[in-house]
Amino acid sequence: MIDLQLAAAEVFMVCAICVVLLVDVWLPDERRLLTFRLALLSLVGAAVCSAYYLPNGSVTAFSESFVTDPASAVMKIFAYLIVGLVFIYSRDFLMRAGLFKGEFFILALFALLGIMVMLSAHSMLTMYLGLELLALSQYALVAFDRDSPIAAESAMKYFVLGAIASGTLLYGISFIYGVTGTIQLGAIAAHFSQPGAITVPALLGLAFIIVGVAFKFGAVPFHMWLPDVYQGSSTPVTLFIGSVPKIAAFALAWRILSESLGDMHGSWQTMLAVLCVLSLVIGNIVAIAQSNIKRMLAYSTISHVGFIFMGFIAGTEDGLQAAMFYTLVYTLMAAAAFGMVILLSRSGFDAENLDDFKGLNARSPWFAFVMLMVMFSMAGVPPFVGFYAKLVVLGSVLDAGLIWLAITGVLLAVIGAFYYLRVVWFMYFVDPVDDSPLDAALDFRVVISANGLGLLALGLFPGVLLDLCARVIG
Amino acid sequence: MLANYAPILIFLVVATGLGLVLLALGFALGGGQKDAEKLSPYECGFEAFEDTRMRFDVRYYLVAILFIIFDLEIAFLFPWAVSLDTIGLFGLVAMGIFLAVLIVGFIYEWRKGALEWD
Amino acid sequence: MEGIYLTIVLCPLAASIVAGLFGRQIGRAGAHSITIAAVAVSFLLSAYVLKAIAVDGAATYNAAVYRWAAVGALTMEVGFLVDHLTALMMTVVTFVSLCVHVYTIGYMHDDDGYQRFFSYISLFTFAMLMLVMSNNFLQLFFGWEAVGVVSYLLIGFWYKRDTAIFANMKAFLVNRVGDFGFLLGIAALLMYTGSLDYVQVFGHAERLSGESIEIVSGMQWSALTVACICLFVGAMGKSAQMPLHVWLPDSMEGPTPISALIHAATMVTAGIFMVARMSPLFEHSVTALSVVIVIGATTAFLTGLLGLVQNDIKRVVAYSTLSQLGYMTVALGASAYAAGIFHLATHAFFKALLFLAAGSVIIALHHEQDMRNMGGLRKYMPITYWTSLIGSLALIGFPGFSGFFSKDILIEAVHASTTPGAHFAYWCVLIGVFVTALYSFRMFFLVFHGEERIDPHVKSHLHESPWVVTVPLIALAIPSIVIGWLTVGPVLFGGFFDEAIFVLEEHDVVGELGAEFHGSLAFVTHAFVASPALYLAAAGVLVAWFLYMYRPGLPGQISEKIDVIHRLLVNKYYFDWFNENVLARGTRCLGGGLSRFGDQMVIDGGIVNGSARVVALLSIVVRNLQSGYLYHYAFAMIIGLAALIGWLVVEL
Repeated sequence: MIDLQLAAAEVFMVCAICVVLLVDVWLPDERRLLTFRLALLSLVGAAVCSAYYLPNGSVTAFSESFVTDPASAVMKIFAYLIVGLVFIYSRDFLMRAGLFKGEFFILALFALLGIMVMLSAHSMLTMYLGLELLALSQYALVAFDRDSPIAAESAMKYFVLGAIASGTLLYGISFIYGVTGTIQLGAIAAHFSQPGAITVPALLGLAFIIVGVAFKFGAVPFHMWLPDVYQGSSTPVTLFIGSVPKIAAFALAWRILSESLGDMHGSWQTMLAVLCVLSLVIGNIVAIAQSNIKRMLAYSTISHVGFIFMGFIAGTEDGLQAAMFYTLVYTLMAAAAFGMVILLSRSGFDAENLDDFKGLNARSPWFAFVMLMVMFSMAGVPPFVGFYAKLVVLGSVLDAGLIWLAITGVLLAVIGAFYYLRVVWFMYFVDPVDDSPLDAALDFRVVISANGLGLLALGLFPGVLLDLCARVIG
Repeated sequence: MLANYAPILIFLVVATGLGLVLLALGFALGGGQKDAEKLSPYECGFEAFEDTRMRFDVRYYLVAILFIIFDLEIAFLFPWAVSLDTIGLFGLVAMGIFLAVLIVGFIYEWRKGALEWD
Repeated sequence: MEGIYLTIVLCPLAASIVAGLFGRQIGRAGAHSITIAAVAVSFLLSAYVLKAIAVDGAATYNAAVYRWAAVGALTMEVGFLVDHLTALMMTVVTFVSLCVHVYTIGYMHDDDGYQRFFSYISLFTFAMLMLVMSNNFLQLFFGWEAVGVVSYLLIGFWYKRDTAIFANMKAFLVNRVGDFGFLLGIAALLMYTGSLDYVQVFGHAERLSGESIEIVSGMQWSALTVACICLFVGAMGKSAQMPLHVWLPDSMEGPTPISALIHAATMVTAGIFMVARMSPLFEHSVTALSVVIVIGATTAFLTGLLGLVQNDIKRVVAYSTLSQLGYMTVALGASAYAAGIFHLATHAFFKALLFLAAGSVIIALHHEQDMRNMGGLRKYMPITYWTSLIGSLALIGFPGFSGFFSKDILIEAVHASTTPGAHFAYWCVLIGVFVTALYSFRMFFLVFHGEERIDPHVKSHLHESPWVVTVPLIALAIPSIVIGWLTVGPVLFGGFFDEAIFVLEEHDVVGELGAEFHGSLAFVTHAFVASPALYLAAAGVLVAWFLYMYRPGLPGQISEKIDVIHRLLVNKYYFDWFNENVLARGTRCLGGGLSRFGDQMVIDGGIVNGSARVVALLSIVVRNLQSGYLYHYAFAMIIGLAALIGWLVVEL
């Protein structure tokens, strides 16, 4: 029984998805809101399960292929929260676009389940299972708008490239299995902690696994799918893909690189550092040339990935905590940013271009301010939480003695500040292109305001989340 | 060592033999007239030789995919059935859950009309 | 107690926010009710705290309320240190602030920025309380800067007046100079002690005096002296000591209640308070004390002289404030911190009184501030007249009035001090007494006596100010008379500041005086026998009477005779001229040159725009890599994988 309790949230989520699915197929279109409510409810239920069945330390289950620990529980609860935001931001947009179908919620919940499995994976296969569940759901989500050729195109690209990455990852896993004779993460770590265990095949496997991890994160040069998919998907899907799966990517890197291949840190540190610098450079510089807001945010994601990598590169406990903090903060910022994009779009008109933000202050001072908070936070302006996120990762890299990396990070963050501030400039100092007032449901307004203010509040009291990260991980 | 592979060898021999025997039987006992239609290669639903850029119904794919999903999942039942005596009640319950999830999927595609041709 | 302290601090802040952000909704009455209520609560609680500490002997409170950030071993906190010194300052600050709030209702009655004004002065109260109640340098600095910002806002309150904008810029810039020194001082202490907490830093004081620091190569200075002098530079800015005093007279551009609030009781005393608070540091550095006493004495004497030639009523009071601040600084330099703080407290009352009285006159004359257009107001404004008289007497140190006690003890303390420079300081403050009496009564006679030079149009409806103006005047007049008499014994000689202020045995001049102190009455009678200051003050009043009442033509003749000195005084020793023509113009030339060659050509042209152009170019090039073709993408991934494996091969 103890095994099932440890996986209570996942078990609950499977049941909840089945219920939502069964209810949804019998609902007439006009009562589709029930699906939306049930989906939110299942998030709440999962959160309760995660919080209630929280072991003190790290406990494994199902023959050591599954693990529950405080860190994964915290990140799961964060994931529920972000998915909840996604649902609330998406509802009205989907209705207006005629896409308000149960499948959106069901696929998102399946993806979430994949993330949960990845967070709790304690064996290579569990990890892979979760990854595929997440990836397949995402492919389907990208193609969700069936009448849009660009969505189909990007779904196809995503699918093919994702399949390549999955295959590479699986290949790497098979190398590691061949070397160690086990797929269980703890046993792999034990194997590599012996002297002389790091052999050429193991390193080859490592290289392949890193490709898989880098693809999941969207690090350069495995990032090519990211801008096309962000742009091609309808905005709610972009919102989803742009936020929560970063937690999964973190889980992948954390469980596999830090926990089981931690003793090979010396070997993967340089690889990640190269990917990190490339991501920072390409992400920040190409973002400047974008005129499409979703594409710009895609490149911004790539640059944020560089910062998350820094925490792993440091290879210390502090670094891991910093990476976790950065990941969580990033998901919050991304949710708010895409939420704003949704807010600006109305039926038959996707707010896609940066120009749509022009003169937002004249149309709605408050939402302009919310966007300002998001942009400042992403750019790393104090007192917003994005500043602290950058501060802690840079600090951990400095502590690890990688001064050149920290300097590169800071320089590129400065270059990156340009395109965030350009949005602010558009909002406040340029005349609006169209000055129809913004309309959104009350809950949308409240939630996005809270989301934006949360960035400020967490920035004023960064200790809350930092302490939490420090307590649960490492 | 090689003795372990003896059953496979026997299996190969028997299978080949059986195939040949059946063909030979059909050839010997069948008789009958052979016309052009009967002699042409057969493939389900298609003309065997024509332009590759022809149009065909996309619903084939749907059916094929659904078939494969259920086919593969059901294939899982065979090893389960063989080892049921060792995995006992736990195995029974596990398979129950597995099938329940599968049934949910089935209900979904049924309600969505994926099983209706028109 | 923590709840009480938080309430004291946060009430004015909350009221300020409400009045500032929702001023339009709550209206004028709402704005003044809420801010006055908040400050009244703060005042009552401060008085309660003072009673608890001074009378009931409650223990010193020193604790952090909120930890803001921790960087390595360094913690940054918001905390309160409440002891006798703090409690006294809190009460003075909130009391004067309360009076000013009430007075403002009348003074700002017709102003459009009514709610904004109340918001500012409440915010100012908050900032000042944060400053005095802090238990660490960071919060002290926060309060210090917050006070500076609000003073900037207040001086420039009438932001449509060019002179007001100029004055607030000037105040802000001059204070920046001081603040920079202050920040350096804090940084030096942080560097040597690794802490921002008062108690911890003070614990290191003795060790620090032994350590030396080398700023210019080959010159060894005591680290503590450098830190203390840097801190004192901050105090010079905020407490307007020469040569950073130039902002204060100009700050009279603000509405009168601010002038009173800022310049009498609160902002300018921040520097004095800070030095007294840092007494454990200053005590260990005789050099620093010497700097303090010389600067203070110079300020006390020279700015007093300036008061003699001013014609604007508020400016006279402003220069008087400068001079009195010099007195307080002298006391600090003489290690008579308690005397300095005591003078600060008494001065708060009578200087606020004088400012508000001046304000009352200004309202009555419809914003006329030139004393040459006044005179003979006694019969029109009796309450203002009598309260002004009380304030002036207190200021010049008339026996029995509050200023008498504080100033006399201060002078005696300087006399007894062994700090290098104390001798010079003693003569400065002594002659300063004469000067003080002279300018105070010059103003008094010119405003209230003599021939009426008032504009006839104004004169027709000249009357006493409304009760909201006169009540604070009376409320301030009473303590101006009695507070010294009542409190001199217990506060100065009763060991009131023993815990809060640290004085080395050999510097303890206040203690020496205490041995000879036998009650207020004895002190007053003793003064008639032994105090030269009393006779100098009397001489000052007489000379003022002679010059401005008996022979009104004489001052003009005198100033013609000593034309050079007169011009020096009228031009305020050419400080402004120097600042504007040498410092400002020189800096502007340097800045202009650097801007043209360094900034526009090298930095803007080469580095900023150049790099931006390179980035933009790069961005467009790299963007083209994103071709949209799936096989390009897959190819990139394969290349990435190959590179990773290739790197492995090289590494092996």
